[in-house]
Amino acid sequence: MKKVFKLDEVDCANCAAKMEDGIRKIDGVTYAAVSFMAQKLVIEADDDVFDDVLKKAEKVIKKIEPDCDIIG
Amino acid sequence: MQKPRAVFAGQVYLVSKKQKKKIVNILIGAALFVAAAFCDYFFIKDGGILEFAVYFVPYIFIGWDVLKKSFINIIHGQIFDENFLMSLATIGALCIGEYPEASFVMLFFKVGEFFESYAVGKSRKSISDMMELQADFAYVLRGGEIVEVFPEEVDVGDIVVVKPGQKIPLDGVVVEGCSGIDTASLTGEALPKDVSEGDSVISGCININSVLKIKVSKKYSDSTVAKVLELVENSSLHKAKTENFITKFAKYYTPAVVVSALLIAVLPPVFIGFDTWQDWLHRALTFLVISCPCALVISVPLSYFGAIGRASKDGILIKGAEYLESLSECKTVVFDKTGTLTKGNFAVTDIHPEKISKDDLLELAAFAEYYSDHPVSRSVLSAYGKEPDSKRISLIEEIAGHGIKASFDGKTIFVGNDKLMKLNNITHKDCHLSGTIIHVASEDEYLGHIVISDEIKEESGEIISKLKKLGIKKTVMLTGDKSTVAEAVAGRIGIDEFYAELLPADKVACVKRLIDSADKKEKLAFVGDGINDAPVLSMADIGIAMGAMGSDAAIEAADIVLMDDNPQKIAFAIMISRYTKSIVIQNIVFALAVKLLVLALGAFGLVGMWAAVFADVGVSVIAILNAMRTLRLKSKP
Repeated sequence: MKKVFKLDEVDCANCAAKMEDGIRKIDGVTYAAVSFMAQKLVIEADDDVFDDVLKKAEKVIKKIEPDCDIIG
Repeated sequence: MQKPRAVFAGQVYLVSKKQKKKIVNILIGAALFVAAAFCDYFFIKDGGILEFAVYFVPYIFIGWDVLKKSFINIIHGQIFDENFLMSLATIGALCIGEYPEASFVMLFFKVGEFFESYAVGKSRKSISDMMELQADFAYVLRGGEIVEVFPEEVDVGDIVVVKPGQKIPLDGVVVEGCSGIDTASLTGEALPKDVSEGDSVISGCININSVLKIKVSKKYSDSTVAKVLELVENSSLHKAKTENFITKFAKYYTPAVVVSALLIAVLPPVFIGFDTWQDWLHRALTFLVISCPCALVISVPLSYFGAIGRASKDGILIKGAEYLESLSECKTVVFDKTGTLTKGNFAVTDIHPEKISKDDLLELAAFAEYYSDHPVSRSVLSAYGKEPDSKRISLIEEIAGHGIKASFDGKTIFVGNDKLMKLNNITHKDCHLSGTIIHVASEDEYLGHIVISDEIKEESGEIISKLKKLGIKKTVMLTGDKSTVAEAVAGRIGIDEFYAELLPADKVACVKRLIDSADKKEKLAFVGDGINDAPVLSMADIGIAMGAMGSDAAIEAADIVLMDDNPQKIAFAIMISRYTKSIVIQNIVFALAVKLLVLALGAFGLVGMWAAVFADVGVSVIAILNAMRTLRLKSKP
């Protein structure tokens, strides 16, 4: 399953790159990208672990930018 | 009920309260800094604790959230976070008594951050303005009344009313009214398109003249507007090689600079002598200030983002930065013939009369073909342009596979192919042109022939020379059509190579061969109309589908989608890609050069933290402004 999410307030381009890097390292993630310009996140992961992956991704994001949220 | 809509990032971004607060903070911080400098200059003679105190006020005021963030991030294990590095550099400066410097660096760091977010917000905004395709509301006819609803709530089969000046909210078919519609926001085409009952219209166009009633044929989520917006918005998730390279580079750049800073702070004092440690520490702190790779990291995606936005304004939809990058390296362009270089319809392209005038010959043929539904007949009639007077023609007899025999003004006429002529013992002339030839004879007298072929698009002739000017090495045409026809078209528009009589599978093989034979670094673009050539579109390095207004298959299969069917857009797309590439390279070289220069000067103690923060912020802002030039590229050189 591949899903696109909107991110709220990614402040710096380098942070976006770090998030992308971190999310790609989560187990079960086959593809991930964070666009600083469009403030979007795309995650591709297996269906059965997707929710779990999403939670972990959120943690990664919070770690890098505590103010940043995943919406939608 | 209001559903969440696909809001483009910029719309929520530019007018943020957060930014206003930031400006106020920066101004207060700057004022405090000036006041501190003033006190320092006039009242504080011997520095020390008093000097620290006056500079600490602006420092802590402006730098509080940087310090706070860096503290939080350090807990999270983010050592090479820019906030942390800035905090470390300024705290270090405070420790060695460089109070004004610490204060200034923090202030300027915030100024730079603000500029960056402003510029990025601004470019997001300009792109989202270009993408103002959605109608805010749809006016649906329900029980004789017009109801205002969100486009998302309209069902297939509903009738929507679109007044002049309004955007068409959903794809559909006109059921009442006729009007001109402005397709510019989707295609970049300035001329309005006339539509009337029975014509299909697509969402995002603006109705110009009079009220239209449209029967909705697709739900909002499947509509052209939703597709286009989704495509452009998600394009920045397909990253270019350069972008990935830069983020990878940034990953090593920061630690490398920090480690060098550490070495500079420790090694010289150990080997040269401890009395100079303060000077070396100062140099090391200068390194920390310039260790943030943000200018680089931001300017590359921003350039591509701007370029994709700019292209979409002209009806060129690019699915990702990687395709834009590939396009700039494109050296071979392969065209499908029908529907791409030619109009894909049959039309009279030449009339060769024998004894009578061209018009008379065409008239004769048109009368004979009047009752036929064959595409060839239709094209003769449309070339004639008038309604034939049916009283003058009688005894029409269609001879299958041959043509038509009829009585016209009392004379027997024959209109058809060479077999028909032979059958009636009429000596005809063979035509040197390719295409379908219709011979016309009256009684036993040969009157001439009409050539019908697929019309070449007016723009096709120029495109090849334009591509050559852009440095495209090879242009190729593929077609399932006959060799003679292909040769004629290829000759007319000056294409380098052509392959004819190809089945769809042959086209795939042909493109594969072309890719294999070319240099690996040189990319191949395939241009098709998206019908029957999806495998070739995905096989090519860059698949370009044209004439895609409303065609889902094409939008799906291609990397770059041209909303209208003008092949000239290909040249413009290549221009944009080259321009963007050059801006990206300028930014990378410029930012790296300045950073390395400041690092070198800093290592020798020639510049301090003032210059470092100035260079760091300056480079970011200049790179961003440079990147935004992609938004303003003119379509006509």
